[in-house]
Amino acid sequence: MNASIFMLIFRVLLLILVTDVSAETGKDNYQTYCVQCHGLEGNGKGINVADMSTQPRDHTDAKEMSARTDQELFKVIKEGGQSINKSVLMPPWGSTFSDEEIQDLVKYLHQLCKC
Amino acid sequence: MSYNNNLYHNLRVILIISMGWITHTEAAGTGKDILDTQCVSCHAISPKTPQTLKELWERKAPDLSSAGIKYKSEWLTSWLQNPTRIRPAGMFYGNHIKLGEKLDEVDQSSLVKHLQLSNEDATKVTEVLMTFKQNQALITAGDYKPGTISMTMGDMMFDKFKGCLACHQIEPGYGGMSGSEMYTAGNRLQEDYLISFMRNPQAWDPKSIMPNKNLKEIDLQKLVHYLRALAKENDQ
Repeated sequence: MNASIFMLIFRVLLLILVTDVSAETGKDNYQTYCVQCHGLEGNGKGINVADMSTQPRDHTDAKEMSARTDQELFKVIKEGGQSINKSVLMPPWGSTFSDEEIQDLVKYLHQLCKC
Repeated sequence: MSYNNNLYHNLRVILIISMGWITHTEAAGTGKDILDTQCVSCHAISPKTPQTLKELWERKAPDLSSAGIKYKSEWLTSWLQNPTRIRPAGMFYGNHIKLGEKLDEVDQSSLVKHLQLSNEDATKVTEVLMTFKQNQALITAGDYKPGTISMTMGDMMFDKFKGCLACHQIEPGYGGMSGSEMYTAGNRLQEDYLISFMRNPQAWDPKSIMPNKNLKEIDLQKLVHYLRALAKENDQ
């Protein structure tokens, strides 16, 4: 009995240790890095947009957003707009986010577009 | 309400008087004294790079622990006497924006002016700042090889080819608002620092809002040629 409790505690501790403690939530990362162009409401109306030759994607546009697969969304965040033949103004964020954080961002995009 | 207004007024008066005192008092002490008393409430002068988003949001001003390998000393002395805003939307733009009519806007009322120093104090502070060399291992002296680029090619690179204009302005009021202004960067920042930071922003600042664009070495050089030319043009 004591041994099994000990094993349980050990497993919980191990889980805490192997979980990436530096990972941020999709929402927090979005509000820190994406909002500058995609806007406080995710509608593509960020403070950087006025002089842009290509407008940032409106993440609340369910029709446009559901036309993209999760793989494409992951790729465009990690490798930038040019990796999927879109604008160079969308930079690659692969050095900023872990793959896990990008997956969380993709999930957050689904929340924004409600799609 | 009127109590609050009076309090606010009194605080402003005290602030203005104390800023005047700071500005014009020549006996404020050594450069280190000034840093320790006037600067540390906003700037880190010993290494304190944000490791989490929360720390990033709370950072009020640039970390000065690398100032000696980052800034040009002439620029520092001059700017401290006549400080202007370098990041149109403040240190972390997320703390200074609001919904606008067409696009999100900078909330100007949330931005704070930088302290202004006298010539003597600015010189003293600069001397101390130039001894702060945290992260020197990230710099290779002579990494930047002076050269030139035409303004047309530089503009195209900065905007169409590399997309830097998304976040940075290349003239007052033209370009993105979240990054630092680039038309003064050539005067403000040491060339070897620019190369190092653009090559790997996260090595300097893991939570930096500047992404790593995976720029080729030749493009790093060309971009610094451009920033130097841009600063010269802005001076005229």
